[in-house]
Amino acid sequence: MNLNRPAIRAIMLKDLRQVTQNKMVWMPMVILPLILLVIMPLAMVLLPTYFPTSDADMQEVITMLDRAPEFMRAPLADMTPLQAYVYVAGNYMFAPMFLIVPLMVASVISADSFAGEKERKTLEALLYTPVTDMELFLGKVLAALVPALVIDLLSFVLYAVVVNAAGYRAMGRLFFPAPTWWPMVFWLAPALIAAALGATVLVSSKSKSFMQTQQISGVVVLPVVALMLGQVTGLLFLSPGLVLLIGLVVWVVGLGLVWIGARTFQRGELIARI
Amino acid sequence: MDEVIVTQGLTRRFGDKVAVDALDLRVTRGEVFGFLGPNGAGKTTTVRLLNGLLTPSAGHARVFGYDVARDATEVRRRTGVLTESPSLYENLSAYDNLAFFGTLYGVPEERLPERCRQLLDEFGLAERGDDQVGGYSKGMRQRLAIARTLLHDPQLIFFDEPTAALDPTAARMVRDLISRLAVREGRTVFLCTHNLTEAQELCSRVGVIAQGSLRAIGAPSDLARRLWQGLWVEFDLRGAPSDAVIAALDGLPVVHQHSLEQGRLLAELEAEEHIPEVVAAIVAARGRIYSVAPRQHSLEEIYFEIEAQNGAQTGGVA
Ligand SMILES: Nc1ncnc2c1ncn2[C@@H]1O[C@H](COP(=O)(O)OP(=O)(O)OP(=O)(O)O)[C@@H](O)[C@H]1O
Ligand SMILES: [Mg+2]
Repeated sequence: MNLNRPAIRAIMLKDLRQVTQNKMVWMPMVILPLILLVIMPLAMVLLPTYFPTSDADMQEVITMLDRAPEFMRAPLADMTPLQAYVYVAGNYMFAPMFLIVPLMVASVISADSFAGEKERKTLEALLYTPVTDMELFLGKVLAALVPALVIDLLSFVLYAVVVNAAGYRAMGRLFFPAPTWWPMVFWLAPALIAAALGATVLVSSKSKSFMQTQQISGVVVLPVVALMLGQVTGLLFLSPGLVLLIGLVVWVVGLGLVWIGARTFQRGELIARI
Repeated sequence: MDEVIVTQGLTRRFGDKVAVDALDLRVTRGEVFGFLGPNGAGKTTTVRLLNGLLTPSAGHARVFGYDVARDATEVRRRTGVLTESPSLYENLSAYDNLAFFGTLYGVPEERLPERCRQLLDEFGLAERGDDQVGGYSKGMRQRLAIARTLLHDPQLIFFDEPTAALDPTAARMVRDLISRLAVREGRTVFLCTHNLTEAQELCSRVGVIAQGSLRAIGAPSDLARRLWQGLWVEFDLRGAPSDAVIAALDGLPVVHQHSLEQGRLLAELEAEEHIPEVVAAIVAARGRIYSVAPRQHSLEEIYFEIEAQNGAQTGGVA
């Protein structure tokens, strides 16, 4: 297929500009990573380091670790309880939260791009241009996909710096990332981005506004929240193998959603629903 | 090929609702074709069908020889459409709006800045070209939206109710623009409107659509001739006609009826070519004629007459 690349790029850049000019859209994309990847980890890692108080927190970690599989316990062998806590908190506790960030970026931008265009009544003129349905779809998908992937990498780097710095006093060395992080950043997070994109495209084809789309497609965050609960309560330990497996399932679902989204993204349907 | 738009039995249904019903239309190069109809008549749906945004439920249409269902992209490369709402990006500048659409319409990248500036200039927006469109008045938006339809120099332009939301001055400006596009630049214009004065002023030919189907099509004068058999002619005799004049008129079989209106004599003649004969008869009866004026029917009268006749046909159901 012969795609009109300049048009796809123009659509992508235009949608990104819309996002940067809408506070309601970009604010959460700044605030949430700051809370999840900077403030919370700092608090969780630094507090026990500088205020070595009750053993309650430590105890929780220790009991949780008793049930942990070998891959998690092995690196802790020679560590003090504080070091073990910092290592586990830094490497595992925030892992699911980390996933929320690119997921949210993908769903917020695509909601603005797909539903926002309709809401602001600018879609019709776009449909009268000679770009094909596929080009339009690709431009809009890329507008969300590219920043989500960039944020995925950037927030990984940011988090690595924050956690290593905060834990340095207790650990005396760089201790992040554990092996689980590699498939998480490069496999599971992109899969979740695809799933969020696909879900948002499908929801926005039926909904009228950015807000409504956001609310409905917010549901895709739920599996990640479940993951988080599993992790925190010690029901689930994210080993590299498990992350690969979960990633595979999410990829299948995500690509399926994107595929259905691409097929339903047709002028005739879009114009009839304006 | 001089026929820019040809439709045959073009039909579009939404569920059981027939929005456009077996439309047969021909629009030729360089004409301003007026598409008249009340709200919900099917005008916008027709424009969408003709640009391949909607697929026909039945029948087909060709624009520049391309089938609108099969070669929609080719059609859209050659048409410009002013949509009912201006559909502009409020938080982008006028320039950026044009540049964005220019790229989508395939204006070469190196020519794009010049083309955008030129259009802004031409439409009196050069000074405000870098301001966000959100701060524009409705008239400015409409001018920008019209400029956008011209980016790729299309030879067929659709205007969907271009003056509906404008004040008289802005509307005047837009009408002048449309007539310039057609008359000076030779583009074909498809103008949807329910403003009859506007159609009268701009259009060489009109189609009247109601409830999805075409009720009449032709030049306004042709439509008038088809709607009213006779021709009303006004004779200014400076006062009531004498009995002799009345008798002379009564004696002419080509005069169907006559009456007096505000001191002027009105006569319904069989056709235009009988005017000299009637004038001669009045003069022979010693009537003194100061002026003779065949009555032109305004598009408004034509439109309402069509509506009335159709209402009568469909049992008065509007
Ligand atoms: N997507 C759609 N789904 C269902 N019905 C539709 C749809 N689009 C148009 N219609 C119906 O088709 C009919 C024709 O609509 P259309 O918008 O073409 O009319 P119009 O002549 O442009 O009217 P207006 O002067 O109000 O713009 C209307 O009755 C409308 O309700
Ligand atoms: Mg309309």
